Amino acid sequence: MLGLNKKDFQLLLIVAVLALLAPFILNPFPEGSGLAQFNAGYPDLMQRFVIFGIFAIGFNILFGLTGYLSFGHAAFLGVGSYAAIWMMKLVTLNVIPAILMAIVFGGLFALIVGFVSLRRSGIYFSILTLAFAQMSYALAYSVLTPITGGETGLQIKATDSPILSNLADGEIGRANLFGMEMGSSYLMNVGNWLFTFNAGYYIAAIFMLISFYVSIRIFRSPFGMMLRAVKSNQQRMNYTGLNSRPYTLAAFVISGMYAGLAGGLMVAMDTQVGPERMFWTASGEVVLMTILGGVGTLIGPVLGAGMIKYMENIISKINDNILHQWFAFMPDGIEDFLVTIIHPFIGKGWHLTLGIVFMLVVIFLPGGLVEGGQRIAGWFGKGKKADAEATDTDAGTKPAE
Amino acid sequence: MDAIILQILNGLDKGSAYALIALGLTLIFGTLGVVNFAHGALFMIGAFCAVTLQRLLGSSRTIVDETQKDFLGNPLKVEVPYVHDWFGPEMGASIIAWSVPLAILFAIPIMMFVGFAMERGLIKHFYKRPHADQILVTFGLAIVLQEVIKAFYGANPIPTPAPPALTGAFDFGAMIGFDPNTIIYPYWRLIYFAFAAFVITAVFAFLQFTTFGMVVRAGMADRETVGILGIDIDKRFTMMFAIAAVVAGLAGVMYTPINSPNYHMGMDFLVLSFVVVVVGGMGSLPGAVLAGFLLGILESFASMAAVIDLIPGINQIIIYLVAIVILLTRPRGLMGRRGVMED
Repeated sequence: MLGLNKKDFQLLLIVAVLALLAPFILNPFPEGSGLAQFNAGYPDLMQRFVIFGIFAIGFNILFGLTGYLSFGHAAFLGVGSYAAIWMMKLVTLNVIPAILMAIVFGGLFALIVGFVSLRRSGIYFSILTLAFAQMSYALAYSVLTPITGGETGLQIKATDSPILSNLADGEIGRANLFGMEMGSSYLMNVGNWLFTFNAGYYIAAIFMLISFYVSIRIFRSPFGMMLRAVKSNQQRMNYTGLNSRPYTLAAFVISGMYAGLAGGLMVAMDTQVGPERMFWTASGEVVLMTILGGVGTLIGPVLGAGMIKYMENIISKINDNILHQWFAFMPDGIEDFLVTIIHPFIGKGWHLTLGIVFMLVVIFLPGGLVEGGQRIAGWFGKGKKADAEATDTDAGTKPAE
Repeated sequence: MDAIILQILNGLDKGSAYALIALGLTLIFGTLGVVNFAHGALFMIGAFCAVTLQRLLGSSRTIVDETQKDFLGNPLKVEVPYVHDWFGPEMGASIIAWSVPLAILFAIPIMMFVGFAMERGLIKHFYKRPHADQILVTFGLAIVLQEVIKAFYGANPIPTPAPPALTGAFDFGAMIGFDPNTIIYPYWRLIYFAFAAFVITAVFAFLQFTTFGMVVRAGMADRETVGILGIDIDKRFTMMFAIAAVVAGLAGVMYTPINSPNYHMGMDFLVLSFVVVVVGGMGSLPGAVLAGFLLGILESFASMAAVIDLIPGINQIIIYLVAIVILLTRPRGLMGRRGVMED
């Protein structure tokens, strides 16, 4: 269906159901209970899950298929964000044109950077992309201040009046989709549970599903096979008379467009942008997400993005008081000892937890969470093995060495 | 003319730091073939060795001094560092003041140990894995190390001053015949440059004139043959990793008076050092040193007011711009060898 084989369609269906029911699934604990802080079902975080999911899916098309490790992908996200916010400031507060603009500009910038950077491969390519991204960051921070707002970035202000949106004088415009505001939410109370259905989240989720579908199609297409050929043996590919440059450039531009889309969606959700979005740590983050989830797999990047954003938001909220509550049943000495031990890993120290998890994944699970899932599924025997293979994308299509 | 000389001098200290870090990176890459993203973290650990020694030397006990009274008439409590007890007040005070140079001695064994532990504990297992995996695991290690330092020392920069005798500046212009007060240069930056030059020379001399260095160079050229000749090349390469860690650590120790150390200084320098290594040519030691000084000096030239007026923002991007131009015109960098990292 939809041009997908049965397994892929099932996977797409599962992702679609999970994404649409996310407000339920991510809010498993009743409001006010001790575990409520693990709930991730609030709009801000759910939006980030899907937006960074898109970003990582796009990055995976480049890194997972061609093996080119770009260390400057955040630049395209940033350029997309700036394009989107200008569209909203000047033309219309409707998010669709802004997002389209973001995709176009992300793609164009990727075309320029890719055209130059793809002349080299390996670490040289990584350094070239890093150099371009750092240059964009530095310029956005300093010289291009008239366009980028410099350090403070850009927001929609009361003085902006987009020509297609009829705003009253002094009214601060809000992002909307044909009148439906991004921030508007529908709250549902079921017993002690509170579920939030946010318009912005669902729009972002639909974009994520479309991106996911496109990425499945790319993975399964002859074009995707060519990209895998670049990864497995570029020299052999060249010897058979194929020029790999157009393929890698196309992959680079596509993944730049994904990054632009993610940037546009970010602006659509919070209508602001700053240059730190292009800093190299942001590029590093998407690398972490993709690796953590599983490079070259379809679902991996989304999982990785979700996991990192979850850790960032949830672990950083835990503090010593909460720990003391958890271990309150223990004798005082042991309780204090445990809290002291765990203290560096929570709150502001969540990066430490992330770093350790990331290292463990790279060392023991080179295939990321997806490989971990497959191994666990393997332990449960044949019945579950079929499920694992549904997420495994490389098994059938890996080219022979 | 004096402005140009001033900019060259200003570029030297940053260039020295780049050169030292890039030298260590290249040593590790040339011997073990590993792209070490945790090298900036080693630089940072070196800097925090200086901080630690400063704190250790400053550790004190509190005594109640009956001769002095505070404003309420109670005896005053005085902090007396232990070194004052051991060496007498004058000697003790100067030991504390000279903690940064002393930290060189303190840092060498620590960095050796860190280097050994890193290579034997982690990186050893990654020789057979793809370069991307090596980059990723060392990147993860860099995050962990920097967060550990942050957990112990906090997120704020910690001032670690140079010894009072070396904190001033001198009029370099007057010495070489320019008008006075045109070229003022701090002593410590000159010392940093001299120190870097000394370390770089020592590393090259070690590789060039000792048997150990000869074997290492042979191993860099053809690892298998050296192994077949019955030399345990892995052990020597581990040594080289430790030496590279020491070089990065010493660069960090001496850099503390120039820039107060904070937990992310390593990452800041790492990104630029990689650019330096690639510009110099992967695997070329002289290339790394040359590119380090070159880019350091170029960076300080680009921050001259006249240049910024001409091309706004150039000071922010010059290094990356140069890297892009060099990588596209000279694919192997300034002094790169054929066949290194080209697959």
